Amino acid sequence: MSDGIGTLHELRAALDARKTSSVEIVGRCLRRAEASHESLHAFVGLRATAALREAEAADARRGRGEVRSPIDGLPVAIKDNMVQAGEPTHCASRILEGFVSPYTATAVEGLERSGAIVIGRTNMDEFAMGSSTEHSVEGPTRNPWNADRTPGGSSGGSAAAVAARIVPAALGSDTGGSIRQPASFCGVVGIKPTYGRVSRWGLVAFASSLDQIGAFARTAADCAWLLEAIAGHDVRDSTSIPEPAPAYSGALRGDLAGLRLGLPKEYFAAAGADAGVLSAVRDAVAELERAGAKTVEVSLPHARYAIATYYAIANAEASSNLARFDGVRYGHRAAGAKGLTEMYCRTRSEGFGAEVKRRILLGTYFLSAGYYDAYYRKAQQVRTLVRGDFERAFGVCDALVTPTAPETAFRLGEKTSDPLTMYLSDIYTVSANLAGIPALSTPCGFVDGLPVGLQILGPALDEATPLRIADAFQRITDHHQACPGGSA
Amino acid sequence: MARISRAEVERVALLARLSLSEEETDRLAREFETFLGYVDTLQEIDTAGVVPTAHPISLPTPTRPDQPAEPMDAESAVANAPEAAASAFLVPKVIDTEAEG
Repeated sequence: MSDGIGTLHELRAALDARKTSSVEIVGRCLRRAEASHESLHAFVGLRATAALREAEAADARRGRGEVRSPIDGLPVAIKDNMVQAGEPTHCASRILEGFVSPYTATAVEGLERSGAIVIGRTNMDEFAMGSSTEHSVEGPTRNPWNADRTPGGSSGGSAAAVAARIVPAALGSDTGGSIRQPASFCGVVGIKPTYGRVSRWGLVAFASSLDQIGAFARTAADCAWLLEAIAGHDVRDSTSIPEPAPAYSGALRGDLAGLRLGLPKEYFAAAGADAGVLSAVRDAVAELERAGAKTVEVSLPHARYAIATYYAIANAEASSNLARFDGVRYGHRAAGAKGLTEMYCRTRSEGFGAEVKRRILLGTYFLSAGYYDAYYRKAQQVRTLVRGDFERAFGVCDALVTPTAPETAFRLGEKTSDPLTMYLSDIYTVSANLAGIPALSTPCGFVDGLPVGLQILGPALDEATPLRIADAFQRITDHHQACPGGSA
Repeated sequence: MARISRAEVERVALLARLSLSEEETDRLAREFETFLGYVDTLQEIDTAGVVPTAHPISLPTPTRPDQPAEPMDAESAVANAPEAAASAFLVPKVIDTEAEG
């Protein structure tokens, strides 16, 4: 993997030292993406011509001394559910076939404004509904560490692209763990910021009260750069937090003295997770203690209800959001339908995959007359209790540390026939979405050659503390530098 | 746990504007039971008096000045439509064919 793409920080230094150019870097990324397409399938579309043209413009800017930001001229991938003007967005679904966006997502605008170059769109579970990137109309993405394993999901293409050193960084979206779980499975850093920190304008909606755009990279410091480019208030998203993007990089001091880390006892129960995963996470906690952090046991008593709460809320909101895909304004339309209702029904049945239909139907059921109070409203009430658990925990600690996922990357096909088992893969991640709090996953070891992720959660609005902890951890460990050998 | 009938799945499918094959309906009826059984664990929790959370971060509803801005032009708005005429979306005839409403 000697030709693997470096980190954003390494590439920035090489550009500043005039050892390389944006055109050369972007060209290498594009070649790696193409060369790994058969074996990995991380991308569903590349913008080779446009990206190289933008790289030339970035090189010209740098030549004039007009560098816009630390990521100016550096390549980034975006998940296939955020729009860019003039480019396709399909959400890995047949129902959006042929869609070309007339506008650009706020987060992608942030990348463009910073001078970053979008090289292509990454594969995902259809409409971000899944934990393995197997539910894609384009076919699955494979894990760079082991081609028989999934990369996790739903942002599996972004995680795999960063892990395989095709691209230094990528955007993903996280509704119940869709950034953190694939980051864990692929051995990269993935951060979901506080709900509302990054605008959802131009992100195809799945579950609007849970969806949040975030970043993948190989280091916490790189993630900080990306977040600085995409975070901040946006009047086009009424749930956007009315504050400018914090200067995250300044918080990465490498020092953990006096920091209190909470260990939720429910997340460390032996029955819940793979023994090797728990052991790697406990070793990571010990490293953090040696670096000066104090630990305290905390309790999140409603943790075991998180998955049920999540699926009631996420499916209900999805059924409502996905009503817009009706064959009228964009995407697929069934041929030869005799009336409007038949056109709607056939279009949607042809256009959506099995998992998306399953969730729309369950969500419709939860919202239908007679069941709304028993399911949707009940889940919203339990959501309040889950939030309260975190508020109490953050009364006695500055951050929580847990496993990101109960296991390492599972095999392709292992869980597709049992959806409920697939859903349980998100058992440690969904609570952060329910509570709206920031959380990241950073590599903390290996079990049988597959990466393990350490999840670090912070209180609402405080992405800086998890980033600071992950950055300090990366200064004293080298798990994040391990490189998959078998891919590309 | 209540048994979920095929008729119940068909009722929900119509609400969601999905048409299902016989095999899909059978499979979904079984899956509904599994999922609803799982989600029913929420009923163990006493939530009397608990205020529901609609959004996790409490923000006041934002307002902005009511100033006209340039909207997307009609041509761009219909550019992705499967069928369009001038600046209009074309759909199958609605009157006389809409049985279920």
